[in-house]
Amino acid sequence: MAKILLEMKKITKTFPGVKALDNVNLTVEEGEIHALVGENGAGKSTLMNVLSGIYPYGSYEGDIVYNGEICNFKTIKDSERLGIIIIHQELALIPYLSIGENMFLGNEIGKKYSIDWDRTYARADELLRTVGLDENSHTLIKDIGVGKQQLVEIAKALGKNVKLLILDEPTASLNENDSRNLLNLLLEFKKQGVTSILISHKLNEVSYVADKITIIRDGATIETLVKGKDSIDEDRIVKGMVGREITDRYPKRESHIGEVTMEVSDWTVYHPLYSERKVCDKVNFNVRKGEVVGISGLMGSGRTELAKSIFGKSYGTNISGTLKINGKEVKLNTVRQAINAKLAYVTEDRKGDGLILSSPIYINNSLAKLDKISTNNVIDKDKEILVAKEYKEKLNTKCPTVMQNVENLSGGNQQKVLLAKWMFADPDIMILDEPTRGIDVGAKYEIYLIINRLVAEGKSVILISSELTEILGMSDRIYVMHEGRMIAELPVEKANQEVIMSCIMKENNKMGNGYAKN
Amino acid sequence: MQRIKSFLKENTMLIVLILATIVFQILIVLNDKGSLLNPHNVSNIIAQNSFVVILATGMLLCILTGGNIDLSVGSIMALCGAVTGTLMITMKVNMYVAILVCLLVGTIIGALQAYCIAYVEIPPFIVTLGGMLMWRGVAQVILDGQTRSPFPDSYLKYFTSFLYKTDNSARLLTVTLCIAAIICILFILLEIMGRTKKIKKGYSVASMPAFLARLIVISAAILYFSYLLGNYKGYPVVLILIAVIVIVYSYFTSNTVPGRYLYAMGGNAKATRLSGVNTKKMLFFAYTNMGFLCAVAALVCIARFNSAAPSLGTGYELDAIGACFIGGASAYGGVGTVGGSVIGAIFMGVLNNGMSILGVDANRQMVAKGFVLVAAVAFDVISKRKVTTVKKQKPNKTQATA
Repeated sequence: MAKILLEMKKITKTFPGVKALDNVNLTVEEGEIHALVGENGAGKSTLMNVLSGIYPYGSYEGDIVYNGEICNFKTIKDSERLGIIIIHQELALIPYLSIGENMFLGNEIGKKYSIDWDRTYARADELLRTVGLDENSHTLIKDIGVGKQQLVEIAKALGKNVKLLILDEPTASLNENDSRNLLNLLLEFKKQGVTSILISHKLNEVSYVADKITIIRDGATIETLVKGKDSIDEDRIVKGMVGREITDRYPKRESHIGEVTMEVSDWTVYHPLYSERKVCDKVNFNVRKGEVVGISGLMGSGRTELAKSIFGKSYGTNISGTLKINGKEVKLNTVRQAINAKLAYVTEDRKGDGLILSSPIYINNSLAKLDKISTNNVIDKDKEILVAKEYKEKLNTKCPTVMQNVENLSGGNQQKVLLAKWMFADPDIMILDEPTRGIDVGAKYEIYLIINRLVAEGKSVILISSELTEILGMSDRIYVMHEGRMIAELPVEKANQEVIMSCIMKENNKMGNGYAKN
Repeated sequence: MQRIKSFLKENTMLIVLILATIVFQILIVLNDKGSLLNPHNVSNIIAQNSFVVILATGMLLCILTGGNIDLSVGSIMALCGAVTGTLMITMKVNMYVAILVCLLVGTIIGALQAYCIAYVEIPPFIVTLGGMLMWRGVAQVILDGQTRSPFPDSYLKYFTSFLYKTDNSARLLTVTLCIAAIICILFILLEIMGRTKKIKKGYSVASMPAFLARLIVISAAILYFSYLLGNYKGYPVVLILIAVIVIVYSYFTSNTVPGRYLYAMGGNAKATRLSGVNTKKMLFFAYTNMGFLCAVAALVCIARFNSAAPSLGTGYELDAIGACFIGGASAYGGVGTVGGSVIGAIFMGVLNNGMSILGVDANRQMVAKGFVLVAAVAFDVISKRKVTTVKKQKPNKTQATA
């Protein structure tokens, strides 16, 4: 039996109100490729952040044993010194610096006050050859594609004398060829004795390279499958990933579904920067009065982009397709037009796109529809505050007064303020994008109650969520989106986690289909 | 107690201004150099700082949109002054036509820069830095490097004269105080009407003692100020102009929908855009308006100096920007008030004036002003941080889960 390189013992990490990791154990042997799989939000990334010191020692419970020693990493530097290198899903390269400069950023060759550029670039070229990247190290990062950037990240890791390489969804934005190359590179490294931890949603890739697969679900390790001992086909992995019973975490409601209120057909959207890249590809869907329609899919499947592009073209270029509201075709070119057409989009990024954190609750509450509380453009501030109080009561937002700045509220209460803001705009159709992301279980339940109340009032709700159980628990009908396309429409009775997951996995395996268009 | 504390925190700069005034007054009296608060000097401070107040008001709107500043204001003033001087003095054009042309030129230049900033999306710093050089140059060309003067009396009387002219000083004081009393009564009536309306509609109002205290303090301030002015030559006409501008822009920023949008986009531009606000239009408006106010300031300025010089307004952009930041505007946008900027402008004015009376030489004055600017803002930042850090910790942690 090979030497154990890394052992994470009983790791528990809590955020206020949420237990992100609960007694997680992970054992990695030297020279193996260890895959970590699980749903979005299961805790994979959190675990790797604990390992690499992003969450410093002391902010979690449990022990990290690396090379037989207990490690107390306080910063990323500490873990990097021991050769633990993490490559994040979002690449951390600086576009206007050259490949060489990026590779040795924070790890410069030469003296402290005089960088040896000749040696830097020579070493960079050498490392680029090791990863099979045929580029000059003087080339700027912005001039090479994402696939090559991913390789630069790996070369950068090699430059730091990597012993344990952690890759978080390395192939998420790569096409088939690049993915295959990258995986082969991992196998090559394995021969040279580098140990890797691979986080991936693409289970076929996992089966291809991994020696062991650890499944994480709801912040706990479920099982570890060993190649050659256990069966590691995709069905087996999926079962492990989603094998959880739906309990009554979702409030019941009686559905009274009426006419179609919004219908989207052949909706195609291109990426705003890379205008040849299709983000949504001939999407068709509709929603009815009093109905909750769930849109499921992995991160990056184009759900948010779809919603934003419908909402007054606030995302994407070259948008085509028809949008019908109450049977009539409408053109919504600005957000204002969308709001006036009684559409609302509640963003997934409440801090970045949703709220003005430095402003009080009442100002946030009315921003989307100030004409409701103003005459001739003059705001009736007293009425504004009164209205904000009403919504505070209605949604049970916990805050001392509505004069409180939003930044001082907890995530769940911020989410309620955001919902209140859009309910105040009097929409008929509400698109809720990840409405429960990062909030605790109690607040989630309250948000679900609000959703039920909205549809009981006859509104239509489109629920976008990465949590399958949430989609299954709340929706009347479910669409599955993947790589910018709607790949399935399921009534909730016929849907379960296995069905949805296997829809996605099947699409994933048709590699080439979706990628070619990128 | 809690209420007093929060009052102090919200009005730090006003208190600092009052303290600075008192300190200067004591120093000046001790050095036997007269008095900061003597009627003539108060009138002087107003005249000296009128254009800074006007510019600071416009600058605040730009800063609100996201910490964007306008470096070109001094140069736009010079150009507007040059155009007006040439029209009025060299070409003997009708005064009102000249004023109108001046305002138009300012607005058009503002709109030009605003277009580059809002729609071409060139950073404001660059556009206005370019403008700073360009408009100053155009002013030089128009004036051919010369200074135009003097302006006709009919023009000067609008900006440099006093409201009520008489040789009888006792009578002047009485009239001035009467006007002050009328202003106070109007103010009190408006406040009471507002309060009763609120109570009738069931809105919450400040407690009776707080309400009365507010009325008394503000009325007393108006009366005392008018008393000082009445002992000299009465209300300067420029004061009325400033008062109108300040009141209009205060109301605009705090009570209207577009005003609210300015604050919102400074707080979070992305969220504001997703709330259906045309943020480009707001940015365009802020910079166009700045150009307009530059023209107004230029009209006041050339009247005060009774000449249109190519060097007019040099360095005023920094006074205006400084006034806004001293007055509590955030360098990231979204925070700040017109009233605060006015206080900032007066603070700088008192500082200049006090040091001049004390006989501090100009070079040292610059050192002191620079130091005070940084110190004032540092004080503001630190006092605000104390309030928020304790509460902030919580959301910071939840951020990690998101």
